[in-house]
Amino acid sequence: MPRTEFTPSIPSRPVYSGLSSHGSSSALMLAEGEGAEAILDLAAQDAAVMDRAHLIFIPAGTGHGPALRALGAKSYVEVPGFATALDRYRKALADAHMGTRLYVAGSEGMIGQAVAEALAAGLPADAIETEHRGGIARRMQCVHCKGITEGVTTDPFLCAHCGLTLFVRDHYSRRLGAFQGVCVDAETPGDVPAVQEIKP
Amino acid sequence: MTLRFNDETFRGDYTFRNSPQAVRRFPFPFDQDSYMYSVNLELHKGGRAGSVFENRFDVDEHYVAEMRDREITLAEDPLRCQSLPHMELAGWDFLELVMTTKAEDYPDLFTLHRDGDRWHWINRPLNIEQRFTFLDATTLPCGPMEYITRQTQGDHALLDQRDGNLWMDAGMITSQADWSLDFDIGMNFFEWHAPVPKAHEMGVFQRALKFLLNLQQGAPVRRLNWTMTVNPRLDTSPENYHKWGPEKRTITPGNVGEKQFLRVELQTLWRLPRSNAIAFPIRCYLCSLEDIVTVPKWGRRLHRVLRDLPEELATYKGFAVNRPMIVDYLAQFDDGAETSPGIFPD
Amino acid sequence: MITQMLRVAAITPLSSYVTRFRFEHPEGAALPVFSGGAHVVVEMPDGAVLRRNSYSLISDPVDSSGYEIAVRREDAGRGGSRYMHSRLRLGDLLRVTVPVNLFSLDLRAKRHLMIAGGIGITPFLAQLKQIARLHAPFELHYAVRSRDEAAALPLLPDLPQVHLHVSDEGNRMDLGAVLAGQPLGTHVYTCGPEGLIDAVAETAARLGWPKGALHSEAFLSPPPGAPFDVTLARSGRKITVGPHQSLLEALEAAGVQPDWSCRGGACGRCETAVIRCDGHIEHHDHWLNDAEKASQTRIMPCVSRFSGADLALDL
Repeated sequence: MPRTEFTPSIPSRPVYSGLSSHGSSSALMLAEGEGAEAILDLAAQDAAVMDRAHLIFIPAGTGHGPALRALGAKSYVEVPGFATALDRYRKALADAHMGTRLYVAGSEGMIGQAVAEALAAGLPADAIETEHRGGIARRMQCVHCKGITEGVTTDPFLCAHCGLTLFVRDHYSRRLGAFQGVCVDAETPGDVPAVQEIKP
Repeated sequence: MTLRFNDETFRGDYTFRNSPQAVRRFPFPFDQDSYMYSVNLELHKGGRAGSVFENRFDVDEHYVAEMRDREITLAEDPLRCQSLPHMELAGWDFLELVMTTKAEDYPDLFTLHRDGDRWHWINRPLNIEQRFTFLDATTLPCGPMEYITRQTQGDHALLDQRDGNLWMDAGMITSQADWSLDFDIGMNFFEWHAPVPKAHEMGVFQRALKFLLNLQQGAPVRRLNWTMTVNPRLDTSPENYHKWGPEKRTITPGNVGEKQFLRVELQTLWRLPRSNAIAFPIRCYLCSLEDIVTVPKWGRRLHRVLRDLPEELATYKGFAVNRPMIVDYLAQFDDGAETSPGIFPD
Repeated sequence: MITQMLRVAAITPLSSYVTRFRFEHPEGAALPVFSGGAHVVVEMPDGAVLRRNSYSLISDPVDSSGYEIAVRREDAGRGGSRYMHSRLRLGDLLRVTVPVNLFSLDLRAKRHLMIAGGIGITPFLAQLKQIARLHAPFELHYAVRSRDEAAALPLLPDLPQVHLHVSDEGNRMDLGAVLAGQPLGTHVYTCGPEGLIDAVAETAARLGWPKGALHSEAFLSPPPGAPFDVTLARSGRKITVGPHQSLLEALEAAGVQPDWSCRGGACGRCETAVIRCDGHIEHHDHWLNDAEKASQTRIMPCVSRFSGADLALDL
């Protein structure tokens, strides 16, 4: 699956510029699902990028594991989901030094959380490369109850926590790694527009 | 003149009222009969006696009631006040700014004694007396920004300056025009303004940012911004939109003058000394249409501005649905006469 | 710029070339406190010429009893430092701007790494005091050619985090070693000659550092050059900029008062629109981006010059 091209939007909406190699700098790599192909493309572009790379992969139902493992990263590990990757990822950030590059590829929700963790750990934003691959489901914060609903593909959608019907904004919080969902029928309760699929 | 503080509410039974003096000093935001975004910043160095520009932090008849309303909002949602860890120094800067200026401008209401870092603050309207050590947060009941903004009308954001940008890294936001601090905290100048239509293309934010990055100590600036609110409600937050949203649809031709409020923000920007951050107080003033039209110039002008405003702006400011009723109401106060330049009553 | 008239309260030689000056309010009033890295502009009435030089504040940022600066005597310079060293006397009154900070600490940093070259140590003297109060981890490297050049040595705390590098004593600073192995969240601040700032940027890039973690301040004095003429489009007046005068100074001498702040090409305050340009603007500033410079439609009068047939400004 190729890199996702999103429609240009407001300035807070993240842009995923694609992975490009910074050579054999020490590197942290995090890939999820189809994001594996972005890492494979990166390594094909410059094999040296793997020399000092720690690669964490969340297969998300894909079979890219063996191909990633074969890239010969300094360390390679597969984990079932971002939550299980988190402690390992945090430890890697805590051990990292300035000069380390972070490469993240996969869904928007995973990229958002990974970038938020890295920034909190002190990695400057310009040391981070991101590439979007796979489905365009969004990670949404309900502005009312603050709950996060993962994998949102429709607008409006139901908040998984408080049950309000929320519309999907392009306004995005890097700190939360989530878009903003706002009650769609606040002024006229029950008057909910037709559900549409989210577009890239 | 000793201020009398109103006993009034900004929710529920909405007993908020402006006295005739408060109406006369209302910061009417339009200096001409039309409106478009601009970088309308001017030095905040006092102004007409009795106006809201006279003192550095205006204290008016709504002070005590507004602080009570903030307390209710915070009790329900403490996330309305947040400060990222590196912003504590800016919080102290802001506390110092507010305490020293209020004690100078309103000596009958506020007193500050300083003996080195041992400070003694007296706030008579709120019946607060606090001895604390400056720069030692453990000597206050909460962080310095929260402490002082629980005693200062208006919302307050603290902006960190770095990488040629300003970052919204702390704030006390309980009377906002529909934006969420919890969501926007940590954003830069362009990101937190992202939802504003048109202005980005006009380069408004680029120019404003360039100006603000050079803001100097001792030379604060101000501008007015505005929107419309149904009922005198301070907490028009997105957090509670599902609770106050239905009120927006209760406007009728019969009650529009009483229930529809022009909401004006007096925004000031201050360079803070120790942190090099910028304090951004956003002071909210509310005035009902029926009070606005008691000043004939304002009635005429507001009619023309709202009638001719681009639909996109009316939608963004959240009153497109009520605009026809508002414009119809105001039309009866517009006899077509010329209006004088400037914002003040004739 | 907001200014205040201050009295020279102390003059203390720190080395053969560097002298410390202390300014206080004539009536003993408290001066505005500031943040580490801030500078002031000192106005020097030198005969018919009003000189204005920027100097980093070196005193404790929260000490409102006075401001201190350290000035290196530049005999080949434009005269400002010579004036400070030879003409200024105790008790003299000078006009000084409020502090402005174009080189502040990034308070999010998990570690502050400061690199000073020669007189570039000055902003760090105030930042060290601020950092001590914040209890933040730090490291300072002070590179000088000779021990005599290390004028600030007596002003530095005696701490293991403070490193002196004297190249004449065979103890040159190894930037690779300084920058390697720093934990995430480290911010680097460099102040000194352009060569040092470039060397830090190059070494950091080689080690994979992103630009966002690098901060620098090069105090730029207006470079001399061939004299040139400028037309002020609004009045049609023509003025001449002398070889050792900046365009900003020539404008001021002619009674035009553009807004300014740093006078060193960094803050952007004096940015002026160019109405006509038949020739080449020598942009020396760090404010305009490359596209703006190439367009020749903006100029920073504090440091930039012109060569060619005709330059008209929107003044």
